Amino acid sequence: MDLSCTDEEEEFRARLKAWLTRELPGLPPKPDPLDWPARRAYDCGWQRRLYDAGYADVQWDASPTQRLIFLEETELAGAPYVGANFVGLLHAGPTIAAEGTPEQRARWLPPVLRGDEVWCQGFSEPGAGSDLASLRTRAVRDGDAYVVTGQKIWTSHAEVADWCELLVRTDPDAPSRHRGITWLAMPMDAPGITVRPLRTLAGSAEFAEVFLDEVRVPVENRVGEENDGWRVTMVTLSFERGTAFVGEVVACRRLLGELARTARKNGTWDDPVLRRRLGRLSAEFQALWRIVQANVSEAQATGGVPGAGGSVFKLHYSHARQELYEAAAAVLGPDALDLGRDWTLDRLSSLSYTIAAGTSQIQRNIVAERILGLPKGR
Amino acid sequence: MDFRLTEDQRALRRGVRDLLEGRFDREALRAAVDAGGALDRALWRELGAAGFFALRVPEEDGGVGLGLPEAVLVFEEAGRALLPGPLVATHMAAGVVPGAAEGDVVVTAVEEGLVPWLDEADAVVGDASGAVPMRSVDPLTPLHRVPGNAGATALEAVLLTAAEQVGSAERTTEAAVSHAREREQFGQVIGGFQAVKHLCAGMLVRTELARAAVRAASLTVDPVEIAGAKLLADEAATGNARDCLQVHGGMGFTWEADVHLHLKRAWVRAELRLPAARAEEAVAAGL
Ligand SMILES: Cc1cc2nc3c(=O)[nH]c(=O)nc-3n(C[C@H](O)[C@H](O)[C@H](O)COP(=O)(O)OP(=O)(O)OC[C@H]3O[C@@H](n4cnc5c(N)ncnc54)[C@H](O)[C@@H]3O)c2cc1C
Repeated sequence: MDLSCTDEEEEFRARLKAWLTRELPGLPPKPDPLDWPARRAYDCGWQRRLYDAGYADVQWDASPTQRLIFLEETELAGAPYVGANFVGLLHAGPTIAAEGTPEQRARWLPPVLRGDEVWCQGFSEPGAGSDLASLRTRAVRDGDAYVVTGQKIWTSHAEVADWCELLVRTDPDAPSRHRGITWLAMPMDAPGITVRPLRTLAGSAEFAEVFLDEVRVPVENRVGEENDGWRVTMVTLSFERGTAFVGEVVACRRLLGELARTARKNGTWDDPVLRRRLGRLSAEFQALWRIVQANVSEAQATGGVPGAGGSVFKLHYSHARQELYEAAAAVLGPDALDLGRDWTLDRLSSLSYTIAAGTSQIQRNIVAERILGLPKGR
Repeated sequence: MDFRLTEDQRALRRGVRDLLEGRFDREALRAAVDAGGALDRALWRELGAAGFFALRVPEEDGGVGLGLPEAVLVFEEAGRALLPGPLVATHMAAGVVPGAAEGDVVVTAVEEGLVPWLDEADAVVGDASGAVPMRSVDPLTPLHRVPGNAGATALEAVLLTAAEQVGSAERTTEAAVSHAREREQFGQVIGGFQAVKHLCAGMLVRTELARAAVRAASLTVDPVEIAGAKLLADEAATGNARDCLQVHGGMGFTWEADVHLHLKRAWVRAELRLPAARAEEAVAAGL
């Protein structure tokens, strides 16, 4: 066990901090959170700055420690969130890096790093949410293309995406439903795609329904083998649960600090019950950050793909983050009802954390079955 | 940065586990309960000989010369085994109170207005005057109350107590899981029922959260981090013991099952060093 950083890593941290101090004041104002095209432009602009300064590939190529330093320092400095680049940078990209051919890596990874291309995730369907393997969107081989027909749902920022990591059924007669699935990279401007935005409870069109009507996707866009998509999907999900939320833990620690300052100013800090509640949350986020370090160390030692430990993290993180906003509401009082405050919108968004990327119930099944070895059952 | 245990650390943990399984197995545990709070001096000396107390005493002073991270691993094992006695107080006294390091002398300490094992101890750190015996809830930890709320506990003692809690939380998770894999109802093992599965998953999550916090705090020795680690470890040990009891059904409520021993000891440890209210305040003050 060793939590210390090498001289080289500390140098990296110092360089990054200095760069953030110079760069952040010059950023354009944050866009309206309900305006996705503006958010895409803003998020990609930030990604481009990271790229030009040589920090973009930290997400993939650097040592795990460097990556954690990057996430820690950017979040502590209050740098923009990955936002529209979430899927590309945090799970589609890592999946292609782990499972793609050299040509696929060369085609798709650099534009993500440069902030030129945005990805979305087309996994869920109206009839296949928690039970993802029951998906029905069909892909039929026709020469050098798959012809895809079906419907996806809850596709986050589909409206502004260039690519979609798409799960399709290529063999409806496979002996097990897990075996007939294939992972494709679908260009979002292909003919036959209709995106219909869905309004979230926060009022924004953050996700969408995606209708697919005989969309032609080149066979060369297939990552992994035909009918081997479930295995590739497990890689994607392990990144989604294992590492994608890592930076947000630091953001939570920063938010908690902000909350404590507000509480000290408005007098709510004098309430010992509330104060202790904030103390408990602080201990939890600190411990979550330590779990991240443990998971990343483990993944590093076993080949780079995070294991089921990601579910342990995701379960507690999503719960603690919701608790954070409940505590915030207690500190803010009537202000917590003001939609003009970031806190209020974020509180609404946080309601999705125990659902998106696999519900808490599903994560508990995974922990019980894959880590504790309990039988599958009812 | 590498948060995994080193080879030496794994070997140390394995060694301590083997020692405790050989010398303080379930039979010995139940015998100790029946003996009603008498300390096994022979075992104490064996622990001393194995370096349990002298672990952090420098080599030039005759100790093992290891650090807090190693001590945390050893105390996790002690917590798993439900090893009785003022382990943390004697460990803390090694190198200070003669004979403590070797296990020849049993040292206890006054903490939070309580003194465990007062009648069995050869030395007491703190002022135990006016101590009044109580009927301890934990059959393996005799307790006295002392007037006033004596003294701040050393950070390391808080952390080692937290490590014991983590070990206990790990053990009750294992017990719940192994029972859930064997006990059948409605024609299947109860571990196949989601309601049971989800209890077990929750136990693992609490354990891992606490373990990560305790091990990190053993490296940083940061007071706020130690307070947070104790908080989460107390919650893991007490919460897991309760859920373990639930998973065992009626059997869990019996004296025969070990679950209650874990729960009662977890309650004692939670109260003895930096209880929740003060731990939460300590972490909040760091915000
Ligand atoms: C904000 C947001 C963004 C999202 N973005 C995307 C995206 O970009 N791409 C994408 O593909 N998907 C996305 N999703 C979809 C998300 O992955 C699913 O909503 C999620 O997996 C749950 O599926 P469902 O909505 O069909 O709910 P259901 O599967 O119908 O679940 C309903 C309830 O039943 C419970 N349940 C279901 N099965 C079980 C079981 N076996 N045991 C116990 N309880 C069970 C669930 O826990 C839940 O409480 C997003 C969702 C949200 C909320």
